[in-house]
Amino acid sequence: MTVGLQVDNLRYRYGAKEALKGVSFTLEAGAFGALLGPNGAGKSTLYGLLTRLFTTSEGRIEIAGHDLKAQPRAALARMGVVFQNQTLDLDLSVRQNLSYFASLHGLSGRDAATRIDAALDRLNMRERAGEKARALNGGHRRRTEIARALIHQPDVLLLDEPTVGLDAAARRSITDHVHQLCAEDGLTVLWATHLTDEVHDPDRLIVIHQGEKLADGHAGDLRGGADLSDYFLSLTGAQA
Amino acid sequence: MNIYLTALSAIVKREALRFVHQRERFIAAMVRPLMWLLVFAAGFRAALGLSIIPPYQTYITYETYIVPGLCGMILLFNGMQSSLSLVYDREMGSMRLLLTAPLPRWWLLFSKLCGSTAISILQVYTFLGVAALFDITVEPWGYVAALPALLIAGLMLGALGLALSSFIKQLENFAGVMNFVIFPMFFLSSALYPLWKMAESSPLLRDICAVNPFTHAVELIRFALYLRLEPLALLWTVLALVAFMLLAIWGYDPERGMTRRKG
Repeated sequence: MTVGLQVDNLRYRYGAKEALKGVSFTLEAGAFGALLGPNGAGKSTLYGLLTRLFTTSEGRIEIAGHDLKAQPRAALARMGVVFQNQTLDLDLSVRQNLSYFASLHGLSGRDAATRIDAALDRLNMRERAGEKARALNGGHRRRTEIARALIHQPDVLLLDEPTVGLDAAARRSITDHVHQLCAEDGLTVLWATHLTDEVHDPDRLIVIHQGEKLADGHAGDLRGGADLSDYFLSLTGAQA
Repeated sequence: MNIYLTALSAIVKREALRFVHQRERFIAAMVRPLMWLLVFAAGFRAALGLSIIPPYQTYITYETYIVPGLCGMILLFNGMQSSLSLVYDREMGSMRLLLTAPLPRWWLLFSKLCGSTAISILQVYTFLGVAALFDITVEPWGYVAALPALLIAGLMLGALGLALSSFIKQLENFAGVMNFVIFPMFFLSSALYPLWKMAESSPLLRDICAVNPFTHAVELIRFALYLRLEPLALLWTVLALVAFMLLAIWGYDPERGMTRRKG
């Protein structure tokens, strides 16, 4: 199997508090990994490490075959990120936002323009490209951020609670959209959430709680006959 | 185009676009130095007697004296403001996005600095233009000669802001930085009064002013506006730029984990 994303014995502490206590998991290329955990489980710390906002000396991260510590730039080039907080420039147009990001990845001129058009088409937003990001609703802003994260055609897409603040319909649509991207384009996805209804049965499910991995397997297998949310509560409740 | 330059130009362009959309910020940034120039300086003109000191060849009005200082003030405020806005969540998101670009961090930080400095310089020239409308002018070629001086001074002050933004963990508002960085830097400098004048009241204050990098930034601009180069001011400003930039790069080092508080 080709490895999309590998996390090996990752530890991180904020002063005395241990936020990650040796977390390991491997996602094969093209897998949809749902990282499920209650608030404060260590998801955001894990994303901080995965996106190299900060580093740790304990543990190892590999993105599409590139060690994040040894080859940070090669690893970052293979990675697309959707942050929890929205990161669009609201006063800039949708196209300007996409074009700024493309340039950060060294894409310019015709190549960038073609990719941006393709991204806009995928969103059905070509005609709104000139509008300011501020004019978009929450769901469309998120879709734009997802499209932006894919402009440089990464192998791995990381999303940190991407549905926060969206209404039920937008949440469903974004969740389905990313599942579809994963299935159709062979993208490796790591989707952090605390909402069990965003996890589909065939998804790889990784449950973390208080900095430790509690479960790892296919969501359908793990929950057995039970409801996923009951399973999740019993798992994290027992440990609390 | 190489990826470094592509990213640099995109970052500068983004700053420029954001600037165009923030007219209030632009006007606010103009009102401050113009108040100083047209109100404060007019009032102080009578109180302060200035003798002929280099680079001036003749008696000058107080308004003329403080023009370079106010150029420095624009660079100082902008340098702090653009970097410190990073401390807020809203901006932190875009900083995170920037830092995940597959380029060395020092280059990304430097590009960001270039972007904000370019905007500052634009504001300085607008200010000089308005001052000229009020007949407060410098040597005609001085406007051109000042460009490199403004660039170095702007980068230096922006780098200071960037370094501070990585160290200030909780910044509720701009006031703390105003009180502890901007005001001391501005008042303990040659922006508003020549150092010899300061020495008359306190040699100690004069000495503090003399080591303040902002003094040297202002003098560099002042001499450049009159087509002269002040080597000491240049050296001091460049040294401060290098020091602040290194500090900023260290502050944003992922191993130091500056961004982790957001985790």
